[in-house]
Amino acid sequence: MNDQDQTSLLVSNLHKEFKLPHERKNTLKEWILHFHHPTYEYLHVLKDINFEVKKGEFFGIVGRNGSGKSTLLKIISGIYQPTHGTVEVNGTLTPFIELGIGFNPELTGRENVFLNGAIMGLTRRETLAKYQEIVNFAELEKFMDQKLKNYSSGMQVRLAFSIAIQAHNDILLIDEVLAVGDANFQRKCFDIFEDIKEQGKTVIFVTHDMHSVQRFCDRGLVLENGNIKLVGTPTEVANAYQEINLTASSKEEKKVSKRLQKTDVRVKIVEYNKKAQKLRFEIAYKNQDRKKVYVGFSIVKDGTTIGELNSVGKENSNPSGRLEYILDTTQLNPGYYEIAAGLIGFENRQLLKATEEWAKFNVLGYDESRGAAMNLPDNWIVK
Amino acid sequence: MKLSIIFRPANRSLIRELVTSDFKLRYQNSILGYFWSLLRPLFLFGVLYVVFTKVIRVGEAVPYYPAYLLLGLVLWTFFIEATLSGMNAITGRGDLIRKVSIPKYIIVLSTNISALVNFTFNMMIVFIFMILSDVPFRWTILAAPLFIIELVVLTLALSYLLSALFVKFRDFSHIWDVVLQVLFYAVPILYTLTFPPKWIAQIISINPLTQIFQDVRALMITPEVLTTQELFGSQLGRIIPMLIIVIISVVAVWYFRRSSHNFAEEL
Repeated sequence: MNDQDQTSLLVSNLHKEFKLPHERKNTLKEWILHFHHPTYEYLHVLKDINFEVKKGEFFGIVGRNGSGKSTLLKIISGIYQPTHGTVEVNGTLTPFIELGIGFNPELTGRENVFLNGAIMGLTRRETLAKYQEIVNFAELEKFMDQKLKNYSSGMQVRLAFSIAIQAHNDILLIDEVLAVGDANFQRKCFDIFEDIKEQGKTVIFVTHDMHSVQRFCDRGLVLENGNIKLVGTPTEVANAYQEINLTASSKEEKKVSKRLQKTDVRVKIVEYNKKAQKLRFEIAYKNQDRKKVYVGFSIVKDGTTIGELNSVGKENSNPSGRLEYILDTTQLNPGYYEIAAGLIGFENRQLLKATEEWAKFNVLGYDESRGAAMNLPDNWIVK
Repeated sequence: MKLSIIFRPANRSLIRELVTSDFKLRYQNSILGYFWSLLRPLFLFGVLYVVFTKVIRVGEAVPYYPAYLLLGLVLWTFFIEATLSGMNAITGRGDLIRKVSIPKYIIVLSTNISALVNFTFNMMIVFIFMILSDVPFRWTILAAPLFIIELVVLTLALSYLLSALFVKFRDFSHIWDVVLQVLFYAVPILYTLTFPPKWIAQIISINPLTQIFQDVRALMITPEVLTTQELFGSQLGRIIPMLIIVIISVVAVWYFRRSSHNFAEEL
């Protein structure tokens, strides 16, 4: 086999520009009545994208919302045409970017399997041969003759996913399907991904979830504002993605620095020394009522509070105040964290005000052996 | 576009699923669904029949006028159903086109096939009616499908053209409504070509629909139907309308292929 055969997907010099008219002319009448030259705005969504996916690779594409990854996926799958550049696909490509396309609530589950299968590019004979497998995987044996509108959303997703994985093509495009379904079904999906990976199929996988990038991908790329920031190993990808998130969230913080109200509290990051792994943040408050107050903060990861501390013992009745705290981030695993703060009345222990904006920070790095928030030391003793 | 692409198994299955699901959705809530769909055209036929045989005696110009009228209405029903559903094919399937790369022409084609299936059912009723009204059987009936094919080519070409135009200009549905209304009277559906003065009849006969309708009727019902060829006294009466269909088809294919790349972005 020569090099040519090894390439599954080759994207070269790809640009995509959307031409947005300032006033959209949707009717012939408008075209005839307003014959002056229309003005356009050009939106350069993808800029000079170059990458190659090898045969059998599990390739991740990550990027924040609006970074152009959906557009890239649509161009790869042939839904959009590139403005410049080429996309070369070696083999057949599963052309879908979403599950359950064409599902009709008025048709039965069975009818939808055949309709959706045909849209995915399966022949009727192929769908017929795989029908039982689809039904079994979706665990919907008893419901196939019911109309789809009577299905729960979870059941619909299960059915859609079960059909999609049967569309056996050389290259699979998967776009964040994992965000749906219950834990049990998600585990099954992951098993399927392991299978697909073992079968040596080429998979292009678009996601926000760095854990799945680490778990499945061989390589990946990070998109930022339509540019490729990096093409590299999963760890490099995960780090680059976190860096983008960090700079983006600090930009957002600058935007919202408003003046404090009568009774208000605000939290902001003062300094993050990544080398020393020390995060210094500040809680500022205003207390017009002149009652005794103290402050408190919570550190949150993935919606779960992982630590709380208040300043009881340092309460006072000043009209305003500022406190700083230095957090040792070696206690934390890599990931995305938020800090919420509150102003609390000393007499009745009542929360007077909570911060509207939370401070955000990222602990960089990636470590396969660690999960959740607490950084457990490697104190294994092998016996 | 190679014609063989349409007949690839995956594309055939796609057409089949689109057509069958369309039928299931249309007639699912009643076994009599199809017969309900006949109610409107049959009622129209009844009204026109009474008006044109009892009130204004247009019907006396040709033998078997009721069969002539019914066949005309059935052909016309196919024409409007095919072009209207064809025009809406792309915009109506925006959910598909934005999310999956499937051949767009198949979506338009499937709407016309649906209309053709309905047309086939309706033709059964025409046959029954012809037997009941003692229309003599002639072997020329076997040639009628040739002109039906011509009609299908015309509706397909118009469907491709209209569906692409409709993506860009959303007022095309109103325009096409008006055109259909004019055509209903500009094509001899209710009357015969012997009725208007000859020069008007000749103008009417340039329209491919007139040529097709008259040829099909002459082959199926009675040779006394005045065809466009007889009206012009030469094959020109067929060649001109067919040429118009060829021109529409070429324009339609060119325009549809040119604009279909951008459907996903414009929808």
